[in-house]
Amino acid sequence: MAFNSFADFIAMGGYGFYVWLAYGISFLCLIVLIFNTLEKRKKIFRVVTQRIAREQRINKAKNREGIL
Amino acid sequence: MWKWLHPYAKPERSYQLAGKFLPWFAALTILTFSVGLVWGLLFSPADYQQGDSFRIIYIHVPAAMMAMAAYASMAIAAFVALVWQIRLAEMTVAATAPVGAVFTFIALFTGAAWGKPMWGAWWVWDARLTSELILLFVYLGIIALYNAFSDKLLAGRAASILTLVGVINLPIIHYSVVWWNTLHQGATISKFDKPSMAAEMLWPLLIMILAFAALLGALTLMRFRNEILTRESHRPWVRKLVENNMNRTGSY
Repeated sequence: MAFNSFADFIAMGGYGFYVWLAYGISFLCLIVLIFNTLEKRKKIFRVVTQRIAREQRINKAKNREGIL
Repeated sequence: MWKWLHPYAKPERSYQLAGKFLPWFAALTILTFSVGLVWGLLFSPADYQQGDSFRIIYIHVPAAMMAMAAYASMAIAAFVALVWQIRLAEMTVAATAPVGAVFTFIALFTGAAWGKPMWGAWWVWDARLTSELILLFVYLGIIALYNAFSDKLLAGRAASILTLVGVINLPIIHYSVVWWNTLHQGATISKFDKPSMAAEMLWPLLIMILAFAALLGALTLMRFRNEILTRESHRPWVRKLVENNMNRTGSY
């Protein structure tokens, strides 16, 4: 282990601000990218689900008209 | 071989194949990130000149390398897309670009956070930094161009052409530290014969490079699948997929 205590680890030999800034922003970016990718998939599924539901409604309405 | 490869030119098969690879890439990403980060941040010794600030290398170098690797793979895909008119190749271009852009941004940002304590400046207009910044702009240009067309056939072709034009930047980035006198240091590990880095610092770096490569793979596969679903959303197989998902989980 390169550090003696947790405080040492956070301090990073005096470079703590720069090291944690670099790591923090990097992982923030990666997490945003991952969530954006997952969200896109959900959105596609949502759109297709809505389209299916709409077509089913239209079909139902058409059938009802046919009976009348 | 063509007979064996041919079915994968069908979007549905490619979607399924990407889905088969995805969990492996995801697992490798999590594993290598955990090992690499713990090793790099906690166990590798401090640099004798740069102290603990050198630990930024464990994200800076992998992000920069994979940003360039992503671009190289995009360029190959763009070439395939343009020459053989394979639309799936265009989709991989579109899928990779945002990942490459984020990696490039990370490389630039971590470089700035490293440059400030070591060089005394967040940013200098030095050849390596400038060419890397241009790479970010090229990525953003490709993404913007792809999204500018509602006709995805046209969008894919335009983005592929821009990707091929931007390839010129790759050798410039790579050799920038050789061709110009720059503040940025030269290659440390691509000298395979004798890397100028101690083993206990080098190993976590190699693991982190693998981690970023696995993440690039996983995200590209996910975005590739999204791209296929978007373009094929009117096809019966996508509808069936969505309906099955609805019935099975009630969610997505």
